[in-house]
Amino acid sequence: MADQDNDLVRLEHVAKKFGPVQPLKDINMHVGRGEVLGLLGNNGAGKSTLMKILCGYHPASEGKMIYDGKEVNLRSVTQARQFGIDCVYQDLALVSELNVYHNMFLQREPVHGGFLGILNNKRMKADAAHYLADMGVNIPSVDVEIAKLSGGQRQAIAVARSVYSDARLLLLDEPTAAMGAKEGAMILDVINRLRDKGEVSIVIIAHNYAQIFDVCDRVNLLQEGHITFDKRTADTSVQELTDIVVHEYRAASQQVAS
Amino acid sequence: MLSRIGGIALRRREASILVAGCLLVIYFQLTTSVFVSYDNIGTLTQYAGATAVLAAGEVMVLICGELDLSIGMVYALSPFLMYFAQEAGVPLALAIILGLIGAAIVGLINGLITTLLKLPSFVTTLGTLFLINGFTLVISGGFPVQPESSVAFANVMGGNAYFLIGWAIVIAVVLQFILSKTRWGLHTIAIGGNLNGSTEAGIKVKTIKIRNFVLCSTLAGFAGMLDAFRIGSIDPLAGGNEIMFMAIASAVIGGTLLTGGVGTIVGALFGAIVLGILKDGFTLTGVSAYTFDMILGGAILLTMTINVHLNQLRERGRV
Repeated sequence: MADQDNDLVRLEHVAKKFGPVQPLKDINMHVGRGEVLGLLGNNGAGKSTLMKILCGYHPASEGKMIYDGKEVNLRSVTQARQFGIDCVYQDLALVSELNVYHNMFLQREPVHGGFLGILNNKRMKADAAHYLADMGVNIPSVDVEIAKLSGGQRQAIAVARSVYSDARLLLLDEPTAAMGAKEGAMILDVINRLRDKGEVSIVIIAHNYAQIFDVCDRVNLLQEGHITFDKRTADTSVQELTDIVVHEYRAASQQVAS
Repeated sequence: MLSRIGGIALRRREASILVAGCLLVIYFQLTTSVFVSYDNIGTLTQYAGATAVLAAGEVMVLICGELDLSIGMVYALSPFLMYFAQEAGVPLALAIILGLIGAAIVGLINGLITTLLKLPSFVTTLGTLFLINGFTLVISGGFPVQPESSVAFANVMGGNAYFLIGWAIVIAVVLQFILSKTRWGLHTIAIGGNLNGSTEAGIKVKTIKIRNFVLCSTLAGFAGMLDAFRIGSIDPLAGGNEIMFMAIASAVIGGTLLTGGVGTIVGALFGAIVLGILKDGFTLTGVSAYTFDMILGGAILLTMTINVHLNQLRERGRV
């Protein structure tokens, strides 16, 4: 049981039904404190549904979620966020019209006081610049509007903001999708630095496992509503994963053919 | 150096509208030779003053992604509330405050209906537009009345043209400060820029929107009072949709986007002044009001076309 105490979150026999459709059948998974877990699977394997259960968007139909040693029943994204569970969607949460540091501190702006809440821009600017540099996020200046940044830079800032807001479990949905190699490398570098610090647990959802393999401590494979594979990255390889996926693909092809 | 100034003018819409205003002043001064005079600038501010105050509040509503069509009617209602309070024996200063509270209540109703009952603000304020207009006509019986105050007080309240534009400038500066330096302003921009993102970040979207509706409506009431003291008459048919559309035109020409997230109060002030310059200049040069409307329409189409395409350039990082 000592191992379970080290888990930040655990799902036990979680299932999800939408009427006759059942994207998640029997999910048993866990994420350790400070661990980076890669959640892999084909399109339609149930990754997004699982993600939405973890971040409070959908309630599970069956099973239980244990967070920080206690069973929790997430009813909303807001409630999940209060627990420190934060989902980062590419681009969605940032305000294009505002500059980087206003986005970093949105709704948590330091103020000089007064009933109007006069913004302490100087502090935000300095803190944002310091914090982003610390995380390895490379942007020209914290003064620029989000609209002028690339997809990778926006994603990195969204991740940085979640971590800064005391997130304990970060859910990254396809963090490197639709990104060039260089862009993707910056996100992976940010994740690596977070892993080294070990203060936040991360679940990376991806179907391009080759790209994220190296930053993960452990990988899970989701196939047709079950976790079918759970190994530390040190004990497996991109090749082994490829073999499994190719096998699944061939089996599916034969089914269609026959 | 020139290209740098050009760059600033392209980046900051307020700067380009200011340049347009200066060019218009030079043109009208050359053609009429009396344009830049104490008296004429007084006349000009009469056109621009109340519109600028209305536009300042409207910009806050527009930036958070909403629209207030009822301001022209609140502009007519508020001075009547003040007048009736005074008739009932309330001292003038308190009567003004009561008139403004009445205006604020209209804003509160607009905000509550829009945020809680989830009506588009276009529909909400279209409804209150007719409602308030009818209400003003009923309580006034359709007849204008005279505001009662000392000449000195009336002058401070906009009777003197320089006090009028003074109010407009002070209000624009205060609101611009709120917009660009406070949490209220930052959240207003964030809501208009990305509603879902702002909600997820935990911004109190409804509160901010209601606050902006109340501010906008209160300023509309104040603008109505300024003009009531300036003209020396409280007319139930004053203002209305014409001044409302002039205020929205000022905001749009000054760079505010109807889609939300973008705009400045100072830009709207310049927009109102440029419209005032055009109206005044055309009057002096003998151009008819019909032509003025054509030029106003053309100006809105032209500035918005430029605005939209400049934004695309900006997004590509060229400017």
